[in-house]
Amino acid sequence: MSIQRLFIANRGEIAVRIVRAAKSLGIHTIQAHSEADADMLAVRMADEAVCIGPPQAAKSYLDIEAVVKAARDAGADAVHPGYGFLAESPAFARAVTEAGMIFVGPSADTIQSMGDKVSARQAAGAAGVPVVPGSDGRVDDMDVAARLASDIGFPVMIKASAGGGGRGIRIAETAEDLSKLAPQARQEAQAAFGDGGIYIEKVIRQPRHIEVQILGDGTRAVHCFERECSLQRRRQKVWEEAPAFDLPEATRQAMCKSAVDLAEAVGYRGAGTVEYLYDQQADAYYFIEMNTRIQVEHPVTEMITGLDLVALMIRVAGGEPLPLVQDDIHLTGHAIEVRLNAEDPHKKFMPFPGKVGALDLPESDGVRVDHFLYEGYQIPPFYDSLIGKLIVHGDTREQAIDKMQSALDGIKIDGLKTTIPLHKALARSDDVRAGRIHTQWLEPWLDAGNLNDQTGGAS
Amino acid sequence: MADIQSPVPGTFYHRPSPEDAVFKSEGDSVAVGDTIGLVEVMKSFIEVQAEEAGTFAGYAVENEAAVSAGDVLATLK
Repeated sequence: MSIQRLFIANRGEIAVRIVRAAKSLGIHTIQAHSEADADMLAVRMADEAVCIGPPQAAKSYLDIEAVVKAARDAGADAVHPGYGFLAESPAFARAVTEAGMIFVGPSADTIQSMGDKVSARQAAGAAGVPVVPGSDGRVDDMDVAARLASDIGFPVMIKASAGGGGRGIRIAETAEDLSKLAPQARQEAQAAFGDGGIYIEKVIRQPRHIEVQILGDGTRAVHCFERECSLQRRRQKVWEEAPAFDLPEATRQAMCKSAVDLAEAVGYRGAGTVEYLYDQQADAYYFIEMNTRIQVEHPVTEMITGLDLVALMIRVAGGEPLPLVQDDIHLTGHAIEVRLNAEDPHKKFMPFPGKVGALDLPESDGVRVDHFLYEGYQIPPFYDSLIGKLIVHGDTREQAIDKMQSALDGIKIDGLKTTIPLHKALARSDDVRAGRIHTQWLEPWLDAGNLNDQTGGAS
Repeated sequence: MADIQSPVPGTFYHRPSPEDAVFKSEGDSVAVGDTIGLVEVMKSFIEVQAEEAGTFAGYAVENEAAVSAGDVLATLK
């Protein structure tokens, strides 16, 4: 049963991307939009559009009942959730299915089990995927804690079981530190959360973020190699690459294989991403989580493999078996994506929801722009600040960075403040060129004023 | 009478969080720089501060209303 009428329950650039992919498959597209998004690009491109509620996301794109009702009333036979909003809501996936439509993604049960940190870690462990060594739950006996820590190897992190957001985290460098810090952590957790439970976990210094793209049809899965997303600000990725640089071939193969193992173990259907922390010094990788949706940075994978991931996830959702085997997927060259946000990088990344003026987007051989802009478009203030993505492909990483640099010089988006100056500075940075980056690199680099330094900064 | 306008477009909030009390109630005194509300713009929260001192007369728009830059959010008397 292939999909005939696809309802797109998202907005912005990913809605445009989904409309394009669906049209290439000959599928009728029905675009959802809030009252504030009636004039967005995906609405203009889709075959039909349906208003699902007021501007605020909670009353429109996040309202499960409203979205499902709109999709059903429009006669849709499938719903694509995009990313963000309801993309990883098991309740939404279930509601779509119960209303007799196809959810373009994995089953509600898979979303649920991968969305829960503990059960995801268990599933990864069961599939033989390395997880960050730790106490696997709370430890109350300090002798047990000491024994565990020496097994894991110092330094270890002590965290409150009931805590969150990094509160009360302590790092013990030695066994002596641990015997001093663990009771303090327990006391503080008791006072702050009414629960003195702690757990311990290995500290990975200056980790890199590497993730593997997978595709599954519910039975079989393949990987489409990995992406490097170590340049992050406030845990948001700003610059992504494929493949990861300087990754030993054996490590790449093991990482990709373990992602496929996990996907097959959970009967994964659709496009998904297995995220890892990579400890470069130890050449070791650890599972962090699995994202059960298409990701913002999927184009870099498309550039190095030539695949259309969004079209493939729609075909698989429609019941087709995966139309390719692992040996069909080849890695060619190097791709980089930068996120273009409507923010002023010189003013602490203050959002700038302006009106789009003159546009010049350099799209040519090996340069792609995924976006939802047109001249005269007023960007609504109600949603996140991503306005587009600039993606380049070159034969080597060096060439890709050069290409990114000239694409950034050529791009023009008048009327808005954007993060283009940030990306120009990154492309000039010696550390970025040399690959001396990790997930904790960008923020100190910004704090040191490198954004304003035309030479690319000291390194 | 003085108007307090929204510095940015977005969603206006009368309270720091749903559990908290409103920033100001009618009759409260307002000093220059006092926060009277928040505007959420592209998932960031911007504090709306009084540029003049006075007595709070009330909010001009509902909590969680969609506002444009320059819209009157509250008045002082």
